[in-house]
Amino acid sequence: MATVSLDNIKKRFGPTEVIQGVSLDVADGEFIVIVGPSGCGKSTLLRMVAGLETITEGELRIGDRRANDLEPMDRDIAMVFQNYALYPHMSVAQNMGYGLKIAGLPKAEIATKVADAAKLLQLTELLDRKPRQLSGGQRQRVAMGRAIVRAPSVFLFDEPLSNLDAKLRVQMRLEIRELQAKLGITSLYVTHDQVEAMTMADRMIVMNAGRAEQIGTPLDVYERPATLFAAQFIGSPSMNVLEVEGRDGALWLGDMRLPNPTGHIGPVMLGLRPEHLTPDPEGAIVMQVLLAEPLGANTLLHGKLATGQGFTASLPGVHALSHGGETLRLSISPANMHLFDTATGARLG
Amino acid sequence: MAREITGMVERRGFGLWLTHLVMIAGVLVIFFPIWLAFVASTVTQPEIVRPPMPLWPGDQLIENYTAALFAGVNVPVLTMLGNSLIMAVGIAVGKIIISLTSAFAIVYFRFPGRNMFFWLIFLTLMLPVEVRIVPTYEVIAGFGMLNSYQGLIFPLIASATATFLFRQFFLTIPDELAEAAHVDGASPMQFFWDILLPMSRTNIAALFVILFIYGWNQYLWPLLITTDPSMNTIVMGIRQMFPSGDDVADWPVIMATSILAMIPPVVVVISMQKLFIRGLVDSEK
Amino acid sequence: MEKRVTFKGWLLPLCLIAPQVFISAVFFFYPAGQAVWQSLFIPDPFGLSSQFVGLGNFEYLLGDPYYRASFLTTAVFSTLVTLASMIPALFLAVMADRLVKSAGTYRTLLIWPYAVAPAIAGVLWMFMFNTRVGVVSWYLGQLGYDWNHVLNGTEAMGLVVAASAWGRISYNFLFFFAALQAVPRSIIEAAAIDGARFWRRFFTIVLPLLSPTTFFLLVVNIVYAFFETFGVIHTITAGGPQQSTTILVYKVFSDGFVSQDLGSSAAQSVILLLVVGLLTVLQFKYIEKRVHY
Repeated sequence: MATVSLDNIKKRFGPTEVIQGVSLDVADGEFIVIVGPSGCGKSTLLRMVAGLETITEGELRIGDRRANDLEPMDRDIAMVFQNYALYPHMSVAQNMGYGLKIAGLPKAEIATKVADAAKLLQLTELLDRKPRQLSGGQRQRVAMGRAIVRAPSVFLFDEPLSNLDAKLRVQMRLEIRELQAKLGITSLYVTHDQVEAMTMADRMIVMNAGRAEQIGTPLDVYERPATLFAAQFIGSPSMNVLEVEGRDGALWLGDMRLPNPTGHIGPVMLGLRPEHLTPDPEGAIVMQVLLAEPLGANTLLHGKLATGQGFTASLPGVHALSHGGETLRLSISPANMHLFDTATGARLG
Repeated sequence: MAREITGMVERRGFGLWLTHLVMIAGVLVIFFPIWLAFVASTVTQPEIVRPPMPLWPGDQLIENYTAALFAGVNVPVLTMLGNSLIMAVGIAVGKIIISLTSAFAIVYFRFPGRNMFFWLIFLTLMLPVEVRIVPTYEVIAGFGMLNSYQGLIFPLIASATATFLFRQFFLTIPDELAEAAHVDGASPMQFFWDILLPMSRTNIAALFVILFIYGWNQYLWPLLITTDPSMNTIVMGIRQMFPSGDDVADWPVIMATSILAMIPPVVVVISMQKLFIRGLVDSEK
Repeated sequence: MEKRVTFKGWLLPLCLIAPQVFISAVFFFYPAGQAVWQSLFIPDPFGLSSQFVGLGNFEYLLGDPYYRASFLTTAVFSTLVTLASMIPALFLAVMADRLVKSAGTYRTLLIWPYAVAPAIAGVLWMFMFNTRVGVVSWYLGQLGYDWNHVLNGTEAMGLVVAASAWGRISYNFLFFFAALQAVPRSIIEAAAIDGARFWRRFFTIVLPLLSPTTFFLLVVNIVYAFFETFGVIHTITAGGPQQSTTILVYKVFSDGFVSQDLGSSAAQSVILLLVVGLLTVLQFKYIEKRVHY
């Protein structure tokens, strides 16, 4: 059990700064998800915490120790890798016990710890198998087991579910979260999947181009995205972003007049989540529907506005649509309108 | 329909038998020189020197092979077999060890001079021993390694092929595996022993087969540096069994020796056919 | 392709790479350097001193009719060995490929001559064609052909080519067979539906698909003929008669060790180095090509 704190952590490869100063305080037992598109630096950040990459600048503390220069094994962490990284020639039990063997624990003790972890993960039957004899989900569990037996202070997960099929991913997501809650071990979890981030995180870090765009609870990020990037990255389907202009106490999108919740004057970026739009015969937003995707519980309508911009709305239930490019009027509550600075992308109001 | 296509592609009936016939003929032609050597190793000297020699084995097998193994011409063939074994195993094991460690260093570390060493090793790909025999001979002579196992083995150990093979293989191992070991607290050498070596088992075995044959079949090098018959290897020793001048060669013993010289590498190839083919194909990539 | 840096430190990797570097330096680079150095000198007959002659040894060599003849001999020899080992191998591989069930058995029967050392192959073939006791030469005599490779240069060349190509057929067979097995059945079947008969299919579809393997084997067999056939020649003809089978590698040996002409032998080594370099470049062109597939 431990806290982890990152203080203005930076990473440079030659002249390029791939992590541009990330600060974060992780509470004991907290589950932090680092989410972002590929190449945003999220894995690098995790690998710096693991000790697999050196930290160029800033301070990393695990528990009450400065960890910048500690070897991975001395950081009291365990890591679950994207491709599981199981040793192919070792049995499940040997894979799980390898770290303990290196640490010089007596055989009997290793066996007990491995058996306990295996029981927790329902791997007892599989202990003598080789990794190639296991299914994807089972391998994933073994990788978890290897992390658990060492009873570390911190779990590090590097996209652990990305090699699994969709159904298994949902199941493993729950299992990991349950297990983490049961063991109460501080965890850092890297993913590019915003659904994983939303469902698993106590708090998430949305990363983009080496910067933390926002750090907060999933609902925080969803309801009050701090930047345009965070707004567009979290939420599915992603947020509509329109360039509008504030004048005369309203926001203007071409001829369309929308309320102006902040009273901002001049050009501004307006973000509207598709699921916050409601059909309204009086609505200000006029959309020409080109394609409907019925998902059962709701229907995604794709089309364009009079200004020519693409636009998506998500309406509950089944929405009948004649395929002739029908026009739909929509409105949105001012509370669900997100305004961002045109130049910096920072949230306004 | 599918069956008809198979019929077109695979021969049946007469065509099939013709193909078999061609294959059998091919095998027999390839086989013939060895058959003849075997026959010659089972008959008496007079039967050979009065041509044509018989084409079916005689009854002198045990006598000839005993004579070869324990008496030989210059030195008992048993001694030469032992020398060949030491040389072949020495070359195979030596090459595998130094290639494994240097490939490990090149792939898993960044250290000063890494690129230079890599190219130095790479260059040795281009230098078969046949090309630089005189100076290499002088080096060995300078070390006093003539007529020694070290002299037989060392100059043939340092080829880059094996290093490249292992490097190639190590590069296919996911980075995460080394990182997992690192997180598990393994030191570089523990990773090497516990993970890299066991994972390379098949590659090592395949390479061993290829290198064993390479070492066993060396001719020019042992010819140069083993002037003492008791250090002769069997492959080069056979040539020494022919008398100089007009004396008649002891054909049954020489042919028995030839057969004995073939047996170890042939047994290795046949018994480890899969590994052998894999090693061959891999090492030529 | 590079790995992420996993392990730190420089002393350990240097120790790990040291044995190979040391052996390469002592037994490769030093002798190769010596060869280049010696090629610039002519030692006096007693080996006590030597005189710097610059490129004199090379000039002498290139003007030497024997050396030029040896070049020609090597060219003829390696071409013949390459053809004599590749064509039968390809033919047998095509036949074996048609026999789906028993192909493995034939492969086992065909591969093991690869394990026979070139020097042993030389002894076996010399025995078959021996002028006094050889079975084949005796039967040829019965047919009215007087075989004598000890006196006849052409026959000597034929014999060393046959003995060199013999074990090599196995090797080439293996590669051709593997390449044939890798040709997708669907392509063959498509050609069959298009109405192409077996040999037509072979020449228009299969052979072009085999071209990377063929090119690779071409280079490898030339290298083999150049450098690894010493044993065959030494056991059968010792370069004779009248140097008609003295290939370049054999000449390095006979000038260096038999005639003790060190300057000339060293210069020949240097020329061979260049040849090897050229062949290696060819080989790498091939590897590059394969990488792009």
